Amino acid sequence: MALRTEHEIHQRRLGRNLGLGLVLAAFVVLVFGLTVVKVTRGDPMQAFDHSARPEMVPADAAQGAGQ
Amino acid sequence: MSDIHANGSLGTGTAAGTGEAGFGDYVALLKPRVMSLVVFTALVGLLVAPVPVHPFITFTCILFIALGGGASGALNMWWDADIDQVMRRTKGRPIPAGRVQAGEALGLGLALSGLSVMMLALAANVAAGLLLGFTIFFYVVIYSMWLKRSTPQNIVIGGAAGAFPPMIGWVCATGSVSVEAVLMFLLIFMWTPPHFWALALFMNSDYEAAGVPMLTVTHGKRSTRNHILVYTILLAPVALAAGFTSIGGPVYLAISVLLNAGFLWGAWRIWRRDEAQAEADKYATEKSVFKFSLLYLFLHFSAFLLEAVLKSFGMGGW
Repeated sequence: MALRTEHEIHQRRLGRNLGLGLVLAAFVVLVFGLTVVKVTRGDPMQAFDHSARPEMVPADAAQGAGQ
Repeated sequence: MSDIHANGSLGTGTAAGTGEAGFGDYVALLKPRVMSLVVFTALVGLLVAPVPVHPFITFTCILFIALGGGASGALNMWWDADIDQVMRRTKGRPIPAGRVQAGEALGLGLALSGLSVMMLALAANVAAGLLLGFTIFFYVVIYSMWLKRSTPQNIVIGGAAGAFPPMIGWVCATGSVSVEAVLMFLLIFMWTPPHFWALALFMNSDYEAAGVPMLTVTHGKRSTRNHILVYTILLAPVALAAGFTSIGGPVYLAISVLLNAGFLWGAWRIWRRDEAQAEADKYATEKSVFKFSLLYLFLHFSAFLLEAVLKSFGMGGW
């Protein structure tokens, strides 16, 4: 007969570990969200991929270049 | 921390005496009920500030202010474990109940303090982070370690720790302290003594047993009743003055006048009673004033928020 290893204390440990895991996962999500908000400052975000994109040039700079 | 302590009698789900804490025990170390007041007042302080803050930054700021408050709660429980064991109100807390070891509370409190200060500085600004750090220091070192056990004015000075959250919320948004932030601070600071002394009047035996020099223990209940009345009188102008700043307005002022009249009436009723009358009705007046004091603070900060909402619709304010 196999020994029954489950005890209330093991359930409590499982609960504690799950809780800590969820807290850590939430922290990762939070730091990611904070980074996105800080980097974009509310504007849409575009990554730089080494190709010229006129829409990324500020309007006044584009006007100056055209004159 | 070993299974040796586990036995069949623990099958009811209680962790008492095992030293093997559940997740909820660590949450209890952070004093979630106190945290709810911190969250509410800090949120109001942040939302009524004249500088708009991104909703996600707002959420992050409030989360870490709450976590900082929780960390100071854990450090307070670590330091006060000996007196918590004596008092009826606190002996079910995780450390005196044997569910969490004192060292664990210390470690958790220090780690969360560092994390919350650092994260608030990154999410909002360095001033807000430093102010949160100072608040934790004030609550743990100045109040818990020093004043709580050495002077009957412990509640007066210690109340400052609970008064900082709306100021931190304001600093998160604006980066600096202004008269509005100071008045929100003073509102809680002046409210704390009559609120806690009303509680101490009917919880006296607990503080006496723990040897905490509560005003009721050192100066007696007559003196405490006098103090409650004086502090409630001093509180009223502070609460009303906030109504004439940029966070106040006619709606706030009307609510504040009513609430202060109610609180003064309650303090007056406490003042004119003696011990025989109080014991005859089992401290009914003191208990009702204590409950009203909770409502008093909640409605004042709700009124600040209401003024801010009205302002966004072109109404409210002066």
